[in-house]
Amino acid sequence: MTRTLDKTITVAVAGNPNSGKTTIFNSLTGARQHVGNYPGVTVEWKKGTCKRGDVKLDLVDLPGTYSLTAFSEEELVARDYLLNAAPDVVVNVVDASNLERNLFLTTELLEIGRPLVIVLNMTDVAHDRGLRIDTARLAEKLGVPVVPAIGNRGVGMDDLVEAVMQVAISNASLPGPARVCGESGPGPSTLAIVESRGGPTRVNYGHQVEKVISEIEDLLPEGEHRRWRAIKLVSQDDKVVEGLAVPGTREAITGLAASFAAESNDEPDILMARLRYEFIADICQGVCRVPAIAQTTVSDRIDRVVMHPVWGVPIFLGLMYFAFTLTFSLGNPLMNLIDSGFGYLAGFMSGLWSPGSTSPLKSLIVDGIIGGVGGVVIFLPNIVLLFMAIAILEGTGYMARAAFVMDRFMSKVGLHGKSFIPLLIGFGCTVPAIMATRTLESRRDRLITMMVLPLMSCGARLPIYALMIPAFFPARMQGPALWAIYVTGIILALGGAYVLRSTLFRGENTPFLMELPPYRMPTAASLLVQMWTRAWLYVKKAGTVILGASILLWFLTFYPKPPADYILPAGFDNTTSDSAMVFSEITDPNLARSAELSYSVTGRVGRMLEPLIKPLGFDWRIGTALVGAIPAKELFVAQMGIVFAVGEADETSDQLRAQLRDRYTPLIGFCIMLFALIATPCIATFAITRQEAGSIKWAFAQSFGLTALAWIVTFLVYRGGLLAGLGGG
Amino acid sequence: MPLTMLSEGGKAILRSIEGGRQLRSRLAALGLLPGAELEVIQNSGQGPFVIAVKGSRIVIGRGMASRIAVE
Repeated sequence: MTRTLDKTITVAVAGNPNSGKTTIFNSLTGARQHVGNYPGVTVEWKKGTCKRGDVKLDLVDLPGTYSLTAFSEEELVARDYLLNAAPDVVVNVVDASNLERNLFLTTELLEIGRPLVIVLNMTDVAHDRGLRIDTARLAEKLGVPVVPAIGNRGVGMDDLVEAVMQVAISNASLPGPARVCGESGPGPSTLAIVESRGGPTRVNYGHQVEKVISEIEDLLPEGEHRRWRAIKLVSQDDKVVEGLAVPGTREAITGLAASFAAESNDEPDILMARLRYEFIADICQGVCRVPAIAQTTVSDRIDRVVMHPVWGVPIFLGLMYFAFTLTFSLGNPLMNLIDSGFGYLAGFMSGLWSPGSTSPLKSLIVDGIIGGVGGVVIFLPNIVLLFMAIAILEGTGYMARAAFVMDRFMSKVGLHGKSFIPLLIGFGCTVPAIMATRTLESRRDRLITMMVLPLMSCGARLPIYALMIPAFFPARMQGPALWAIYVTGIILALGGAYVLRSTLFRGENTPFLMELPPYRMPTAASLLVQMWTRAWLYVKKAGTVILGASILLWFLTFYPKPPADYILPAGFDNTTSDSAMVFSEITDPNLARSAELSYSVTGRVGRMLEPLIKPLGFDWRIGTALVGAIPAKELFVAQMGIVFAVGEADETSDQLRAQLRDRYTPLIGFCIMLFALIATPCIATFAITRQEAGSIKWAFAQSFGLTALAWIVTFLVYRGGLLAGLGGG
Repeated sequence: MPLTMLSEGGKAILRSIEGGRQLRSRLAALGLLPGAELEVIQNSGQGPFVIAVKGSRIVIGRGMASRIAVE
């Protein structure tokens, strides 16, 4: 034990979902953690550090899994990490109140063979339920240290760190394979850490199966994890079978496994699972005293109300209403504050130049950089608060109940019950909604939800409707027009999900199967850590893309500048005669800016798009404003203001409304709103989709798919409207 | 008989699961494999329902439940 070791110990934290794994990880690392995605997959990747004296622990929070099969992305990620990255110590968080089921994963971890420390978490809950666990016996029988802990109160964390360090030290001097059960010595216990000196116990599958395992093991080429691979081959694990590279052995091994499977009564995977549970039952014998009768828990009693077939839905909707109104009513003043803060900053910076200056540097700083950074930061209050709300819903265990309650409706369009929450958040803002799809376990459900999410009409589209609806519709029609827009979005989202599910994402439905964790009180620290990591992730990953894109799009709406002798196209100025005008002769600054926009890349693209959008009743002006609104949907209003040369316009500009009314019919007005609703989402959505889907491909698919859908829907509505005689003013 | 026939409070032993390896092993990891004792906590006649197995509460979709045979 005097041997010194590398001052950094890599630790992987593994455990079942709901075992309190994240709480343990959070209390070890605090805010010293960062979140990302495993390369190429949507599985979340959390890393953090923990310093004790001069020793540093580098922790990785593996995805919560019930086992380590090759059937889900999470399980593959977890096991590949354990096999390939070979962490110095694996910390297995085990829910003490549900010991048998949790030890299933432990048996797999024992086989992978990395040094293991077990955290017996939530010992208080187990105690309350009348469960008595003999920690010393458990450690002795498993052959690994067992640390009792109460994660949400920070109890046992020092012991855990101590145990991890001891295991790391002893394994640095004790290489070689795990020892068999019989060799393990008596397990002396020091304080709360119960240590075993004998090395990890091996799961014994019984004579018959062990024989096949060792036969396969002999055929396997030299290398690490031979026993683990042999066991997986007996269970006919596809990934391990694929990994058999040596010609000849593959056939020999699969032959052995197949003949074994044919001999046994059970399917091999079920047989192996059963043997694991038998091993666990054996371990639990004399370790764990379970009360004679299974009682109805407090959780069951709460569930009887919140999961009631009739009351469940209203309770859920009520809670959502409460959570979201609270979020947005707290968030919106903050957003306004940030908005006016950036407005002040922009005003201050503008003041450094002489009034009316057209300096490109001023424009870059004020419109490009300040506008771009503002566009990133403006979302923060809502992101932070929404994630607080979601963290509470998840932390208490209610999220699983919400999924249960909504599944009846969501499964009709092929979505998971949990998809409902992101879709609902989408009415507020698409960006946190897409981040909220992380609560979905299946990648397919996540991608489908992400793809259709922009169709839930977000708050930034509201200024467009607020401008257009009063411009074109009489008071009695305004409510129904707004309603029609929102409902169209919802129908398209649900219909789109259904179509995606039955085409691009066809395949067996993800079985609806999940654990209902007991209700528990989340700790403030855990909630704050979750909130902080989300907010930081947003700023770092999405923020940089949003900022870059905003500056680029700023450039595109300001450049190139028209030369002095630029002759404006006939009919450009829509208020006076159509005699040719020269740019340098324009005196009205609004008209000048309008001419600049028209000459810029954005204006040119808008003109180029005219033939494409003409069938929808749109002209180049609308095209330009739509292109200019790509950074953020609400910019559409400001862009229309520039196009129509009315200067600074907001959604209450009557001058702009009058212009719109002169030029377009109500049918076109409705079509503009429809197109703005459906077509390519804002750049922030693009960035977050790329981040969350793990590939830019999905972000492009979303943008192009939605734009195509927008064209088709708008075309049908416009042409249908014309046929129905709605084309007149 | 299929699990769906069991009413609330009913206890049974799992006999077989009709489904692919993926479904079987997911259920097995949750403690649901042939021979396991289970109890129906909630079965409202439609939508998913809740069972208790090995000390945890598990929600199962109705479609899947119809493929689980118990006795």
